[in-house]
Amino acid sequence: MIEFISQPWPWYVAGPLIGIVVPALFLIGGKQFGLSENLRHVCAMLPGKTEFFNYDWKNGAWNLTLILGIMIGGLVGSTFLGNPDPIAISDATKSDLALLGITQFDGLLPSDIFSLEGLASTRGLIMIVLGGFLVGFGARYAGGCTSGHAISGLADLQLPSLIAVIGFFAGGLIATFFLLPIIL
Amino acid sequence: MSESKNTIGRLLPYLLVGIYFGIIFTKSEVISWYRIQEMFRFQAFHMYGIIGSAIAVAAISVQIIKRKGIRAMDGSEINIPPKVMGSGTRYWLGGTFFGLGWALTGACPGPMFALVGNGALVMLIAILSAVAGTYTYGVLRPKLPH
Repeated sequence: MIEFISQPWPWYVAGPLIGIVVPALFLIGGKQFGLSENLRHVCAMLPGKTEFFNYDWKNGAWNLTLILGIMIGGLVGSTFLGNPDPIAISDATKSDLALLGITQFDGLLPSDIFSLEGLASTRGLIMIVLGGFLVGFGARYAGGCTSGHAISGLADLQLPSLIAVIGFFAGGLIATFFLLPIIL
Repeated sequence: MSESKNTIGRLLPYLLVGIYFGIIFTKSEVISWYRIQEMFRFQAFHMYGIIGSAIAVAAISVQIIKRKGIRAMDGSEINIPPKVMGSGTRYWLGGTFFGLGWALTGACPGPMFALVGNGALVMLIAILSAVAGTYTYGVLRPKLPH
């Protein structure tokens, strides 16, 4: 049991465990799963608000609590159930990334880029700061992120969510095949 | 539609759901930059399996809730507002911006927070940038096509 838990969990375990949260949130308090809303709630806490942030952020306290829990869960998962082995991504991805100069595969992300030292480099700045900015800007423009559109929205068979998810992939493919070769 | 008070008792379930999520995100490696690259390069089924089976389980549950008119535990009706299509521009264009950021950071909003818990503290900078991006959208909103 412990051995199973400390290994990476397969998709058919993780996917359903994630999906069941959508009805769970509805049943707990009629809440719709969507994590990027929290970025808006943080903006609503700031003074000098534009109309879009002119609401009581405390209505989103449940969601901010959820995301605080996600942070704690990350700590629990890595401290007590951590996987000691390098991440088992496919050989094809490894060789593609090696061509871009990424050859380290221990840990969850390339630590030479995603670190304070990496942040001082151009590629680190683009991937962390510009990337983060686009995640926030795009999620609110599209009205949701992976959780709100890809999972909640598609689960409710919403056509706008399908269009948003196609957009997510269009952007991801552009970044992967056109931007990353230039940046890295 | 009564205003719910944010007592510890009301918020605790969400904290627990969050912790549950953070553990699953970590153990299934969906928070890994490498896994997101593998997905956008179509080189493994892992991410597609996770997202696909999550949608399937969520979709079946949502259909049951809708058809049976199941209520929330506090007795209130469960409202699932449909998304407004409008011109559709916001969905494909906003979605594309989001996708660019998703592939660059290798993380969407939830995983960014799980990564901080995993010790990748530099993701706090990505989160701050995402807040700045959200704020920028709020300011530009009246001028953007939706």
